Amino acid sequence: MTVLSKKDDISLVLCGEAGQGIQTVESILAQTIKQSGYHIFSTKEYMSRVRGGQNSTEIRVSSHRVASYLHRIDILLALSSGALKHLKDRISNDTIILGDPEHLKAAKKDFLRKNINEQAIIQIPLMDTAQEIGGLIFANVIAAGVLSCILNIPQEIFNGIITDMFARKGSKILENDLKAAEAGYQIGVELKESQAENIKLPLTGKSEVGDELLMNGTDAVGFGCLAGGCRFMASYPMTPSTPLQVFLASCSHEFELVYEQAEDEIAAINMALGASFAGARSMVATSGSGFALMEEGVGLAGMIETPVVIYIGQRPGPAVGLPTRTSQEDLNLALYSGPGEFPRIIFAPGKLEDAFILTQRAFNLAEKYQIPVFILSDQYFADCYYNIPSLPLEDVVNEDYLVKTTPGYQRYLITHDGVTPRGIPGYGEGLVVVDSDEHDEEGHITEDLEIRTQMVNKRMKKMDGIREDAIIPELVGDEDYHKLIIGWGSTYWPIREALENIKMENSDQKMSFLHFKQVYPFHKRVSPYFEKAEDVIIFENNAQGQMANLIKLETGFEIHEKVLKYNGMPFSVEEVEYNLKKFISFNNNLSGIRGGV
Amino acid sequence: MRPQDFDMPDSDVAWCPGCGNLSILRSLKTALAQLEIEPKDLVFVSGIGQAGKLPHYIKGNVFNGLHGRSLSPATGIKAANPQLTVIDVSGDGCMYGEGGNHFMHTMRRNPDITNLVHNNMVYGLTKGQASPTSQRDFSTPLQIDGVFLEPFNPLAVAIALDASFVARAYSGDRKQTIEIFKAAIKHKGYSLVDIFQPCVTFNKVNTRQWFKEHTYYLEEDHDPHDRNMAFQRATETGEYPLGIFYQNSNKNTFEENLRVYWDDKSPLFQRKVDMGKITSLVDGKR
Ligand SMILES: Cc1ncc(C[n+]2csc(CCOP(=O)(O)OP(=O)(O)O)c2C)c(N)n1
Ligand code: SF4
Repeated sequence: MTVLSKKDDISLVLCGEAGQGIQTVESILAQTIKQSGYHIFSTKEYMSRVRGGQNSTEIRVSSHRVASYLHRIDILLALSSGALKHLKDRISNDTIILGDPEHLKAAKKDFLRKNINEQAIIQIPLMDTAQEIGGLIFANVIAAGVLSCILNIPQEIFNGIITDMFARKGSKILENDLKAAEAGYQIGVELKESQAENIKLPLTGKSEVGDELLMNGTDAVGFGCLAGGCRFMASYPMTPSTPLQVFLASCSHEFELVYEQAEDEIAAINMALGASFAGARSMVATSGSGFALMEEGVGLAGMIETPVVIYIGQRPGPAVGLPTRTSQEDLNLALYSGPGEFPRIIFAPGKLEDAFILTQRAFNLAEKYQIPVFILSDQYFADCYYNIPSLPLEDVVNEDYLVKTTPGYQRYLITHDGVTPRGIPGYGEGLVVVDSDEHDEEGHITEDLEIRTQMVNKRMKKMDGIREDAIIPELVGDEDYHKLIIGWGSTYWPIREALENIKMENSDQKMSFLHFKQVYPFHKRVSPYFEKAEDVIIFENNAQGQMANLIKLETGFEIHEKVLKYNGMPFSVEEVEYNLKKFISFNNNLSGIRGGV
Repeated sequence: MRPQDFDMPDSDVAWCPGCGNLSILRSLKTALAQLEIEPKDLVFVSGIGQAGKLPHYIKGNVFNGLHGRSLSPATGIKAANPQLTVIDVSGDGCMYGEGGNHFMHTMRRNPDITNLVHNNMVYGLTKGQASPTSQRDFSTPLQIDGVFLEPFNPLAVAIALDASFVARAYSGDRKQTIEIFKAAIKHKGYSLVDIFQPCVTFNKVNTRQWFKEHTYYLEEDHDPHDRNMAFQRATETGEYPLGIFYQNSNKNTFEENLRVYWDDKSPLFQRKVDMGKITSLVDGKR
């Protein structure tokens, strides 16, 4: 049986223990794959521990663009004895399993035997070869070499990447790594000969791809922060927002910004509001539980009308939940956070380009309306990589909303649209007074109930402008659909790919996909999308259908068909496809893939 | 400049007649006038409480934020624009209770701000509950058996954390208070001034008379650079010393440690986005 010859889209999975260096294999492969002109997507899932456990990374290598998670595994590289057990649900008869004899021993005899095609278990001497070269640490590079060879990656490209990655570690180390690379590649060559029946990859690379950008969701948001003029971030580490904190901290010298690790999330948001009050575009990054602590500060931002951008990397809750897994459970938290009533904006990017544009826009809108603006990301989106041609850097416009104050300046002057031109201390002759108590136009405490009403009206009035500026959801597919799929945030690509697969099989299927990247408030043209549909289905990574509920609240439209997944893993393409087929009642054979819901 | 230059003509002062806050306000205006600091270059930051209202009664920029949180925005303001003079005004409950964590970490961070804590050993605004500095046996509608917790000792904690300026004043002695305020504001780095202040309405124990009888000034020859001695003096109870306990001028401030200001002193809001640099960073992902 020739497993891979039909496919020009390979799902390669690396699995091993934390601390074993899977990330090294992943980053070597990601670069070599892209430079060879193949499209790439990668996503990892990991346990909340620093050593041990079972972590895996899926790398899709393809002749066409790919950007979503697959359930299927075509090639599995097992770097630990527990790998096969960990991935048993995703291993099929078509999966080729590579690994050191040591790590495959268990697989040969235990329960897996029933499910696994024994011919497809291929032993490669990773450990022995590594020992010969100088130690087990070289197993990573050897493994990367084997896989690169199997994927037809030219040896010069592979050696070039190894050199780039290890050169700074000194010539001795580099020399050994190149030896390991060579050894791995040779194993690959032998494998390809001996397993010619099993392994044939008709992938075609395109040279343009080699020059494309390869980045993850965190990078895309990070570039958006820089382009949006972020000058101040105070935060407290919490997965999966920590990578964004690391990104901005690492940029702080070159891009003249302050990163401060605060003592807690409460301090973080209050510091950011102080910096923003003094004119610096400011942000915080956290995850659900950390954001719970920030809520008080969100109310303060609302009351003192001070801009702040809040990045929430969602993970399953409540409380500490599953620290390293993914979810879309904090929409309600962002939506209702903070005491009292005041306007806000919530974005939830699903594509790298959107993450960049929306983040940059978040800073502008926070300044324009003097409100908190949220970016709801999640572990899946933050950590997954794929290649894209470019980011729309030329389109960046940073609007400047600060005014030089004159004597008698009133920070909360009531205007027709609720927005008072924003002064900051030290710029102009006026004084800037902000207060968390209800205040008059000058900013001083008041208990005058008439003024109170006027101030609430002033703040809420901004919603008109905010709605005008709202981003309309993206419709994927024809306007004249009968069935409509709804998704928001990071489910964009799995839904889109599943829909495209279905359309490939059945081109006159009248089904389209409406993706919300701005989840609050809605654009006024949202309702007609629902009214037009005969049937609507929504996919969300939470248990309550938080977005479906918000849609009901905002448009009155009730979505009955909900596919909700909250085990901590993202939707796979197959899973969406399966559910969509059920939804449109195809009489296809639906076996082989569980719904996973 | 004159203290009146800091007057807010129409302000409706919401403090009780005879309250210690009133004399602190007057002393602060005098100190600022003597230091010739223009209101437009000043930012008062406060939390919530009677003390926290002070910024509304004095001319300057104001950030009156949340209960216990004032040091965080104060740090952010100073970090975003080091040219501003930042004065944090809080009560003992606000600073040492709700804000305890920020109090501790702000001292470690050492931003160049002045932290004035009106210490009336009671919660004034919420009408007379115990505060972290309330003395033992102080009884209130909530502490019906009297306070049995050990009072918090802000000075000893601050010296233990090597806060760069630590002093105690008594609001009733305006002359000395003004001098302490001036020294604190001039000091480069975080300065704590814990100010004994009578709450004439809710604290019937620590009255004006009590403060007079239970305080005295550190001797002329007290060396504020001697940390051990300063700590020892800060732990004195029964009779409470006043004055500048401790000063460490050898510490870098938070802002000085920030790389953004090493080559360019301009505040952050004046800096423009450099799309060229962003483009090359993005191109690094190719
Ligand atoms: C988060 C929060 N909790 C409680 C309160 C209610 N509150 C307002 S002032 C105050 C105590 C103030 O005491 P202190 O800081 O000693 O100031 P004083 O009024 O004595 O000057 C409290 C508990 C609040 N505003 N916010
Ligand atoms: S309650 Fe106490 S602290 Fe508050 S104003 Fe009256 S006397 Fe002053």
